[in-house]
Amino acid sequence: MNQNSKEKLDEVFASIKTDAERRFREMKGDDSQNIFIGMATCGLASGATDVKAAFEEALSERKISARIIPVGCLGHCYAEPLVIIDKPGFPPILYHDLTPGKARLLVKAFLEEDDPVFEHVLGAMEENDLIPWIMDFPRFNQEKKVVMANSGLLDPEDIYQYIAKGGYSALVKALTLEPEEIIHEIQDSGLRGRGGAGFLTDIKWQLVRDAKEKDKIVICNADEGDPGAYMDRTILESNPYQVIEGIAISAYAVGAEKAIVYVRAEYPLAVKTINKAVEQAKEIGLLGKGVLSTNFDLDIAIFQGSGAFVCGEETALIQSIQGKRGMPQPRPPYPAQRGLWGKPTVVNNVKTMASIPPILENGAQWYRGIGTDRSPGTAIFSVVGNILHAGLVEIPMGVTLRTLIFEICGGIPNQKDFKAVQIGGPSGGCLPGSFLDTSIDFDSLTQAGAMMGSGGMVVMDEDACMVDVARYFLDFTQRESCGKCTFCRIGTKHLLNVLERITTGEGREEDIELLEDLSLDIKAGSLCGLGKTAPNPIITTIKYFRDEYKAHITEKRCPAMMCRTLTAYYIDLDKCARGCDACVGSCPTESIFTTKNRKKGIDQTLCVKCGECMASCPPEYDAVRKVSPPELAPKIERPKEG
Amino acid sequence: MDNTAEIEEEAMLHDIASMLATFVNEESNLIPILQMIQEKHHYLCVRALQMVAKHLGMSSSEIYGVATFYNQFRFYPPGKHQIKVCLGTACHIRGGDIILESFERKLEIKPGETTPDREFSIDRVACVGCCALAPVAIVNDTVNGHMAPSKVEGLILGFEIEKEREKREKQ
Repeated sequence: MNQNSKEKLDEVFASIKTDAERRFREMKGDDSQNIFIGMATCGLASGATDVKAAFEEALSERKISARIIPVGCLGHCYAEPLVIIDKPGFPPILYHDLTPGKARLLVKAFLEEDDPVFEHVLGAMEENDLIPWIMDFPRFNQEKKVVMANSGLLDPEDIYQYIAKGGYSALVKALTLEPEEIIHEIQDSGLRGRGGAGFLTDIKWQLVRDAKEKDKIVICNADEGDPGAYMDRTILESNPYQVIEGIAISAYAVGAEKAIVYVRAEYPLAVKTINKAVEQAKEIGLLGKGVLSTNFDLDIAIFQGSGAFVCGEETALIQSIQGKRGMPQPRPPYPAQRGLWGKPTVVNNVKTMASIPPILENGAQWYRGIGTDRSPGTAIFSVVGNILHAGLVEIPMGVTLRTLIFEICGGIPNQKDFKAVQIGGPSGGCLPGSFLDTSIDFDSLTQAGAMMGSGGMVVMDEDACMVDVARYFLDFTQRESCGKCTFCRIGTKHLLNVLERITTGEGREEDIELLEDLSLDIKAGSLCGLGKTAPNPIITTIKYFRDEYKAHITEKRCPAMMCRTLTAYYIDLDKCARGCDACVGSCPTESIFTTKNRKKGIDQTLCVKCGECMASCPPEYDAVRKVSPPELAPKIERPKEG
Repeated sequence: MDNTAEIEEEAMLHDIASMLATFVNEESNLIPILQMIQEKHHYLCVRALQMVAKHLGMSSSEIYGVATFYNQFRFYPPGKHQIKVCLGTACHIRGGDIILESFERKLEIKPGETTPDREFSIDRVACVGCCALAPVAIVNDTVNGHMAPSKVEGLILGFEIEKEREKREKQ
């Protein structure tokens, strides 16, 4: 392929960029007030729509002119809905936990009367003398945003904002290079695939580049099926343009003219934003025939995945696009050799694609400067569970788990103790407190028995039962096993049966050994990543929490009191107040009765152990107790009727 | 009653036939076709699957095999109020299964089923990405965070009161 003339490209792009900057200036206005509202799924779930309506109403009531700009997600799910207000004379200020009432207050107090309402401020987006800068907080200053640099700061449905902020200049640069030079740059950067396994991106690309077939295909894998991970969705909802730019660079480098984004149908908003972004890019000549007036053509199609976890595996994903059941195929041949419709295919994760523009823009050495030697760059985790500041965190590789959990995310709420952290979703493992100083990178996590996986991280406090957590993940993988390999299909079911037996008090002495043996067999006898990693939650929980398994099996006791068959609630008659009916109304099964002396008792045969009575008992009485094994609950007879 | 259901189904099949005509007869169109049917009519009935098979020149069993493989597709009409209980990891840790059980108990149906009066249906979903609000239930596209069994009762009661009111207004 001929090298595209740099002058011509620069000229074509310069006119697009000038146009974008003009539109951006007009949109923002030099002296007007702007309200940026986070409207990605998590913001919407927390009520961003009502907040937006309240802003609009209050603005028109008070006749104040301000623009409302919907933006994506900053990753601070714990503080949603988030709003940034940019008012001349003030730094842009970030407000948290907005409600319609707070929105009206902000319009009146801040926009009208210049009072920034300090009590609702999270921080200022720039350094200033008035309000603490967000970069003074660990949650912000220990993060390193590469992939999510513009997430939450621009309108995901307006391509001009991305271009005005420097977007698509990496693509322009790429088009002036020889494809080999780009692959070489990616090789120097050491970029490893962000889908979980950490395969070197440049090797995949080189294989496809070298393939003799003329037609090649690039697939962007956004089939994020891991329960508890939602970074791919957030990236697509917040800044789809960076992903598209990465896809375009990748297609140019390997010589593909067709690309497909495989996104879950369960993410309706992400499907909508990526579709719109592709349309816009086409309109202004950044996609389609003759990208930026060069001889490079690229067509991007969106394919909606239909909700099968195994389709995150590349060969299964390809089957699914071809209209078949999403069953993994033996490798080799790798998709890079024979992929979609038999053509050489690159399959890269959303985060990998989104990492490419910044690498080309800033150079491989810059990227190498972030993270560790063998895992350069950043990692994105969705940190959820028993954690104070749940949300998406992008950190440089090499940060320890302790820093991530206790400094960046604020630690465990309610004065509970840390017990374990589950990393990598159903394919990952549970690590106990002794691993908190493990560095977060591909190799260290795998060595510890967990894995990077898709980046789901669930923090668990002392109330989490490790056997139940293993059972939960097996329940998931067992449902999602495609059924092709016998060991995975029948083995995971059998593992689940044994775990169910243990968590309901039917465990047998030999069960731990059985679980261990079977786990190894399933790992050896499965074709794809799903089966090979499905036993990981069991293996790690047995390794680090064997005592808990033993307590379930020999004492029929759940130490964390989470397994419902092994626990019981009862009411402490010494503490229960006469005539108080708080728990009676809360019980969904009417299992609470009044004793002869007008106190309360629980009918154990009706109780479903939901814990509502415990939550509703007034704290000054604090009379509801939870015990394991259930035999510890004192027997209180229901008085005979009449 | 039966008659109206039949008329409805006929109308639906007629509509599907006209939509099918816009798709090229290629196997790779199968999933987009099924998605299109489900998006418009909310479920895939047996006769619709047979029509798809005929259109693509495949056997019904192949179509059924693909459709049942993916979680997205449902084979019974959903209820007027669709309840989706999140069973992602964060929701599980915070008692999502207790919420699901409360809905099941209250409505006397299992996940994937619809109540006989077609008022409610329950589905289990794996992570809707609102983990900070766990446990979560989505009722008619509204996300309800920090669920509890008493909130389940409240939600259903709300719908029942609404229905009673509508009934009275009609009279």
